[in-house]
Amino acid sequence: MLSKKNKEALFNPLSKDNPVLVQILGICSTLAVTASLKPAIVMGIAVIVVLALSNVIISLIRTTIPTTIRIIVQLVVVAALVIMVQQFLVAYTYDVSKQLSVFIGLIITNCILMGRLEAFALNNGPWASFLDGIGNGLGYTIILVIVAFFRELLGSGTLMGLQVIPQWCYDHGYENNGLMILPPMALITVACIIWVHRARNKELQEN
Amino acid sequence: MNKNSNSYQIIYAAVMVLLVGVVLAFVYMALKPKQDVNIANDKRSQILASLHIDAPSEAEIPATYEKYVTRDLLLDHEGNIVDSTKNVAFDIDMKKNMKLAEADRQLPMFECTLDDGSKKYVIPVYGAGLWGAIWGFVAVDDDGETVYGTDFSHESETPGLGARITEDSFQHQYDGKLLFKEGAFKSVSVVKKGQRPTDGSDYVDAISGATITSRGVGAMMQECIAPYEPFFKKIQQ
Repeated sequence: MLSKKNKEALFNPLSKDNPVLVQILGICSTLAVTASLKPAIVMGIAVIVVLALSNVIISLIRTTIPTTIRIIVQLVVVAALVIMVQQFLVAYTYDVSKQLSVFIGLIITNCILMGRLEAFALNNGPWASFLDGIGNGLGYTIILVIVAFFRELLGSGTLMGLQVIPQWCYDHGYENNGLMILPPMALITVACIIWVHRARNKELQEN
Repeated sequence: MNKNSNSYQIIYAAVMVLLVGVVLAFVYMALKPKQDVNIANDKRSQILASLHIDAPSEAEIPATYEKYVTRDLLLDHEGNIVDSTKNVAFDIDMKKNMKLAEADRQLPMFECTLDDGSKKYVIPVYGAGLWGAIWGFVAVDDDGETVYGTDFSHESETPGLGARITEDSFQHQYDGKLLFKEGAFKSVSVVKKGQRPTDGSDYVDAISGATITSRGVGAMMQECIAPYEPFFKKIQQ
């Protein structure tokens, strides 16, 4: 079930080989959806699902794909999956689909997907590819949640839409930092996380 | 078999696109009825939300809607009711409607009666935000000038910024605002916190960081409610 290689496929992306922190992929959506926690979490889940499924499909048909048009094949598979996810959300969980309308479409352009399909699914079996998809999706989701946590807390004073900074702080002159909700602070937050991450993982430091 | 021959590639691509097309079409057809029900119910719950009514559960939305929304109306531009058949206002596609020249637009309206017997008039509004369409419903008291409640939705505004027009903290600002000042239609402006509109109209605070969406809401209110002025003038008398 979980050979050493499969374990690596599943757990490496969480920290040592994190798609956002180490490979610096998927930054676009990390900036866009992390102004509050809830869309960040649902976006993370959607990416995990699409990434795992597209990895499995590409892995299953990998021997038949002509190398010259493999990018197109990958795009079609991802786009089809994303559209299906969108349709299912509209039909069964309309509220969630309303919240996420744009982002689900944005999954197609997420570099992590194309990256994993190219680098892993084209050369590995379906089970390993599935684990790799789950792992990378989780690695992406963790960063999204951390960034969204700080941005929502400092930018709006709420978490998951609930007020966490008590009213008396505001009465005594505390103000939400409006800059936190804007995209530049997402970049700076990600940079801070990368800083901490590299400081703790010496082997990742470049000279 | 040569995987890199032209014919293999072309056939591969064609078959793949065909397969995916069939699968997607099938999924769409299979889910369409469910989606339509959801979309219609969502519209009903938005109309109810502008009246500050929450249906107890998703399944009860149609029944709650039937209970409070007593009549669908269609007005002409002189403020006369020209049609009041069932669902005549509900079935109007505001997106298409707003593309017409102002004089050709249909003016739908929902007449609602609340538990305390008071009458409200709900007007659908439709406009543009930053990334896509925004729309909503504005409930007006039967004095013809006080806003009773609003509900806004959007297609693709930025979460945490423009998307906050869907939150109560923004929408509830409209409650009790006046659409008319000294007998003239002024709408309700959206201005930066701390500022005042220059035309003396009532105003609400914009969302910081979402200037264009906020402006879009202001423009939408102005443009969509203005044609109803003759009707409101009539009931004010």
